[in-house]
Order: sequence, then C-alpha cells, then structure tokens
Amino acid sequence: MLETQKAIPKKAKLPLLALFLIAGFLLFKLFMPDNAAAQESPEYQKLKQIAKDYCSDPTSTDSRCLKSFEDLKNSDDSKSSHFQRLQATAQEQFGIIGEYTSEDFDPMQYLTTWNFNNLPPEERKKVYKESRLPDGKTLREYWIFAEDKEIEIAPGVFFPAWTYNGQVPAPTIRATEGDRIIIYFTNKGTKPHTMHFHGIHNASMDGAMTEDFVYPGKSFTYEFEAEPFGVHLFHCHSVPIKQHISKGLYGAYIVDPRNDTRAKPGKELVMIMNAFDTNFDEENEVYAVNSKAFYYALNPIKVKKDELIRIYLIKNVEFDPINSFHLHATFFDEYRTGTRLEANAYTDIVSMVQGERSIIDVRFKYSGMYMFHAHVSEFTELGWMGFFEVTD
Amino acid sequence: MEDKNPIAQSAGRIKFWTKVLLPLILVGILLLIFVKFGPLGVFKSNIVPIEKIFIQRVVFSPEHISLEVFNDGPEPVTIAQVLVNDAYWKFAMSPSNILNPLDKGLIDIDYPWLEGDFEKITLVSRNGVTFEKEIEVASITPVFNSFYLKTFALLGIYVGVIPVLLGLLWLPFLRMLKERWYSFLLALTVGLLIFLGFDALAESFDLLEAMPNAYNGIGIILIGFTLSILTLSAISYKSEHHRQIKGEHFQALIFGYLIALGIGLHNLGEGLAIGSAYAVGEVALGSLLVIGFMIHNVTEGVAIVAPLTRFVRQVGNFYFHLVIMGLLAGAPTIIGAVIGGFAYSPALAVLFLSIGAGAIFDVSYDIMHYMTKGRWMSLFTITNVLGFLAGLLIMYATGFLVVG
Repeated sequence: MLETQKAIPKKAKLPLLALFLIAGFLLFKLFMPDNAAAQESPEYQKLKQIAKDYCSDPTSTDSRCLKSFEDLKNSDDSKSSHFQRLQATAQEQFGIIGEYTSEDFDPMQYLTTWNFNNLPPEERKKVYKESRLPDGKTLREYWIFAEDKEIEIAPGVFFPAWTYNGQVPAPTIRATEGDRIIIYFTNKGTKPHTMHFHGIHNASMDGAMTEDFVYPGKSFTYEFEAEPFGVHLFHCHSVPIKQHISKGLYGAYIVDPRNDTRAKPGKELVMIMNAFDTNFDEENEVYAVNSKAFYYALNPIKVKKDELIRIYLIKNVEFDPINSFHLHATFFDEYRTGTRLEANAYTDIVSMVQGERSIIDVRFKYSGMYMFHAHVSEFTELGWMGFFEVTD
Repeated sequence: MEDKNPIAQSAGRIKFWTKVLLPLILVGILLLIFVKFGPLGVFKSNIVPIEKIFIQRVVFSPEHISLEVFNDGPEPVTIAQVLVNDAYWKFAMSPSNILNPLDKGLIDIDYPWLEGDFEKITLVSRNGVTFEKEIEVASITPVFNSFYLKTFALLGIYVGVIPVLLGLLWLPFLRMLKERWYSFLLALTVGLLIFLGFDALAESFDLLEAMPNAYNGIGIILIGFTLSILTLSAISYKSEHHRQIKGEHFQALIFGYLIALGIGLHNLGEGLAIGSAYAVGEVALGSLLVIGFMIHNVTEGVAIVAPLTRFVRQVGNFYFHLVIMGLLAGAPTIIGAVIGGFAYSPALAVLFLSIGAGAIFDVSYDIMHYMTKGRWMSLFTITNVLGFLAGLLIMYATGFLVVG
C-alpha cells in the first residue's frame, strides 16, 4: 500500500504538471475576451468609423468619400437611430423639473413693479404715500419691514430667507432726482437688520455701523434726498454682511433723471441677478434673475419688435465675484450705473462684480424667441437663464 | 405523568410563559404610556431636520445615468431637483420623490455623460440640502451578458485561481528543503496568514465608508469575524479526538483545507470589491494591476502548501486534494468578481471579508498551537521568528504591486 503510493506520484508528477499547464492554457483561451469588441459597442464603432472616413465635400468623387457617404446614409438603421434618439432625449432633459407651486412672489410682476404700483389703491396706501412738500418737492414715504420667510427658488426647493416685506428681491423703490424719501423701517425678523442705500446721503442714514442696527421688534426712519440719478441698490448691512445679503435682504433703488434727453422706453424691466446658497457652504446652488431659477425660460418675457426696452440690471450674487448678462441676437446701449445720459458701450454682454449695476436700452430688430443668460455658463445651467418673446 | 395532573401542568406552563413574557409586556405598556403621555417632545429638536441620503450605486448606460439612493437619516427626505456636473437636469424617481427613513429609491437621468470623464451628481432636497456623488472615471456599467460574464470570470481566474495554483507549484522546491526547515515554513505560513487576516479586516473597515450608517457595518464585521472563529473552533474541538487517531498527516491536510477555506472566503470578499470597483470605474484594472494581484496572491498558494510538504507521501490522492484546495482558495474570487460586477453590495463584501479574516486568524492559531506541541514558549525559536517575519515581509513587499 505504502509502496504504491510512493511510486505513483513520482511517475505521475511530470504528466500532471503538463496536464495542469494545458488546462491553464485552455482556460486562458476559453475566457480570453475579444478586446476590440469589448471596448466599443457596435453602433459606437460604426459611428466612429464614419467620422474617421468622413469627407467634408459631399460632391467629392473620391471613392472613399462616396463610400463613407453611402455608409452615412445606411447608418440610419435601427441601431444608430436608436442612439440618436437617446442623445436627443438626454439633450431635452436639460433644466429643472416640476412647476413652481408657491404664488406669493411673481417674478413676472416684479419686472414692472415699483413703489408698490402692483397693489390696489387701498392696499397701496398702507405701504406707500406720495405727497407734495411746501417747497414744491415730492415726498415719497415707504413702510418697509424685515421678515423671515421661506421662499421657493426652484420648483420644490425652498430657502429659509430673510426678506423685506416678505419678498426677495425687496419691493423696488423709485423716485425722481431731488425727491424727498422717508422709509419707516420695522424689524419683524429674528436678527438685527438695516437698510443701507447706495446713493448720496447723511452718515446717520447710512445703516451700516453697529449703532445703526435695528434689533428685532425695533424701528428706524431713514430720510434722504434721491440723488444721484441712476440705478442703485439697497441692502442690509448687519454682520455677517455676506450672510445678511445672501439670505435675501436686497432690492432695487431707481432714481430717474429730472431732465431725461433719451428716448422714452416702451417697457421698463427691473432685473436683479441673484443666487442662493441652499446648503450654506458658501457656494450657490441656485442662480436666477429675480430669485426663481429658469422662471423666464418657462415664462418668456413678452415684448414688441422695435419697441425700446429699458432694463435696470443689478448684480447681487454673493460668493461669486463676477456675473454677466448676455442677450442673444441683438446689441444694446449700456449706461453704467445709469448716472450719465450718454451710453458707455454698445455691446451684447455686460460683466459685473458685486453691487454693480447698469441701465440697458435695447430694441429687437426681429421677432422670435431670444435667450438671455449669464455668459458664465455654470450660472446659466444653475438657473440664470430666460427668454424674450418678441412679437410684431 | 403528563396525563396525571393536567391542571398543575397547564398552571406550570402559564407560570413559565408569564415569566418569559412579563418583561416584554411591561416594555410594551411603557412604550404605550410613553407615546401617549410621555415627554417625547423633549427629544424632538426644533432645529432644521437632519437629512441624509446615501447614493449607493451609479449605473451608466448610453446617454443615461441611474442612481440607487437610500435614506440613511432619521427624517423623510424629498428630492426636488438633480444637478449633474453643476447643471440642473430633469429626472424621474421611483417609487416616489419622498424617501422615508431606510427607504430605497431609483433615480433616472437622461444625461450626455462622457466616457472616461469625471461626473458629479448632486441631489437637492426640498430644504436645499445637497447630496453628492463623484465618479472619477465614468464608463458604461456592465450589463449581465456573456461578454461581461467572461470578463469577470477571467478577472477572478487571473486574480484568484491562477496565482494560488502557481503558488502550489512550489511544492517540489519546498519538499527539497531539509526537515528542520519545516518549522520555518509553518512559521512563514502563519506570517502570511496573519498579514492576510489584518489585510482583510482593514479592507472591511475601509468599506464601511461606502455603506450607509444604518446598515451598522461594525456589527457585520463583529458578527462575521467571531462567527467564523467560533464555528471553526467548535469544529476542531469536536474533531480533536478523530484527528489524533488519524495522525499528523491528517492534521496537516485539515490545515491545508482550513487555510484554503479562509483564503477562499477572503478572496470572495476581495473579488466582490475588485469586481465592483471595476464595474463602477473606480479602478482602471490595467494589466499591470492584474499582474500585481497575481504575484501578490501567489503567496496564498505557498501558505496552503507549506504545512503539507512533509506529508506528500502519507496522504492518499495528494495532488487531487491539492487541486481542490487551490480551487477552494481561488475560485471564490470568480464568484466574488461576478457578483461584485453586476450586483454589488458593500455589506456583502464586508461580511465575507470579516468571515475570511476570522477563518484566517483561527487557522493561524491552530497552526501555532500545533507547532508548540503543548509549550507556548517553544514557539519562539529563532527559526520560527524568522519564518514569521519572512511571511510578513513577503506579503508587504508584494503588496506594492497592487497599488491601484
């Protein structure tokens, strides 16, 4: 028994080894994948080949070219058209999903609203009063309050904002050069807030120093003369400043020149480029003009062909130093800060840093749909994009 | 007896069950009171709810990305928008956009992703909380077909079976060594195994990061690890007498099988990890890496064969046993790679890696126990210590070849 066991392995060792190697080789052979087929699907391969052989001149009589065009024609079989369909579907899915459900803030109405002109007279009286002073100047009085409020910034995405009068951006304040402005400000929020105006005013009305902070439940009255003319901005200046601004405390402040020599616009629009940092990591997740991502893409702004459109444009995006406004298929006059009556540029793109603003005068030469968006493409795809629908 | 006193008996039974159930009933009543009148509100915080979503798996198909998501937090989460590479993209979510705690969901996005590119997917919840998943190198996710089945099987063969069998081929050389080297070889095996055991444990701890917290990965490791040690110990205790009768060569054979089993379980976990990493494009399994794995895993074959060198002649059908051992150790890599490639679950990989680690530590202990022959201090001869260190160093050195 022991003898045989000793004997067999000795003899069998070599053949066993050989058998083992052969088995290994067969295993290799059996499972060796076809590498070319592995890396590329047939339809991809075909498209690639077509691209490689493609000749730019369709009238070419080169036999290879003819063949590649033949291939291209034949490529419209079920497989490649299937791939093209997939491509088309993927392209169409760009953008947000769903619809805006909250109706407390209407970006379309905001475009053409100043001094609460959207409210019925009775309602308007409670927040805005216009009267004549003994010296003949106009007095404009505003009742503004700060309030914490959740706002919808993309369909289904809500942001715990700090607002003026429950909206972001704040109601637009508009006066004529030399008017007297009085703002009765009450803080109904949970943090100290202020109203800091860009304009010319007394230091005590600046709303920026620690002693200017209006604590929750307290009030303050800002009073100053509207100057200089142009498109300006107001915002909260409590600290941390970037937090108070990015949470939503800002609005447009427009001062019209007393003697405007420019053509009278057929339509005036207020646009604030803004953004929201929804997860508070000091990077914005949602970009927009007037708060709601893609709103004017879903609801194009309707304008008339050849009509003069004046846009009061303000850049108020925290965390990103530069934002821009680019309008398709037309050029426009840009009045930087709107403080001169002569245009600074004839262009189709305006780049702005934090707090900068411009007046844009544009006429559309042709009817149709025209896109406007940040030429910082990243912001475009994060919501800052819209359309003008130009009709005859 | 039973018929004699049914009343007393049933009374006894009631007593028994009351004793068993009483604490449970009390806990139930307490819970009821607690929910109804208790200060539950005290524990409910007013701060913004913690939302946690875990993106478990990303599947790429032409112009399409699918995500398997899991709510790993205490609150329901509503997915409102999806960003791909910082651009809003429309998506469909099933069964619903609202995920309750421990719920799973599937998100489908038609997106023109690019082969070989970095892709970042961000989910935005109703409250603006974001959940991100980054894929370093995107590539088509294998679908279950013969081609990928072959690929993964081949991967398993390369990484598992071939190296182990190659390691076994050192048998003739090891047999040529003088008798006193046998102890050195056993110590070497222990060194290799201990290294492998730590490696398996470390790998399973690493994988915890790829797992939702709710799965309690540490628990899985603990259970897998102790379960395998206890099971194997119970078996070896039960068979102790039997083995003593059969003699040393039988003991060595058992060692061989146990080592093969431990390594096999380890390789199953490793295969799962490699297959999935390959499938999700986390590693580019270049030929160099595969060769590295082959060389590294050759040591596993050495570990199996070393205890057997002295008993080649005593064991009947020795080469048959050897091939079986090789397959036991190597073949699970194939199974692991295939499962990992098509239906990866980190929990599964963690479980098998920890079971493997337990088995490996158990068999290392058994071998050391055998080497001591009853006196623990006799283990620490210069030969043994050198053998052990050599085992560790071989593993460490060949480990450089598998830096993915």
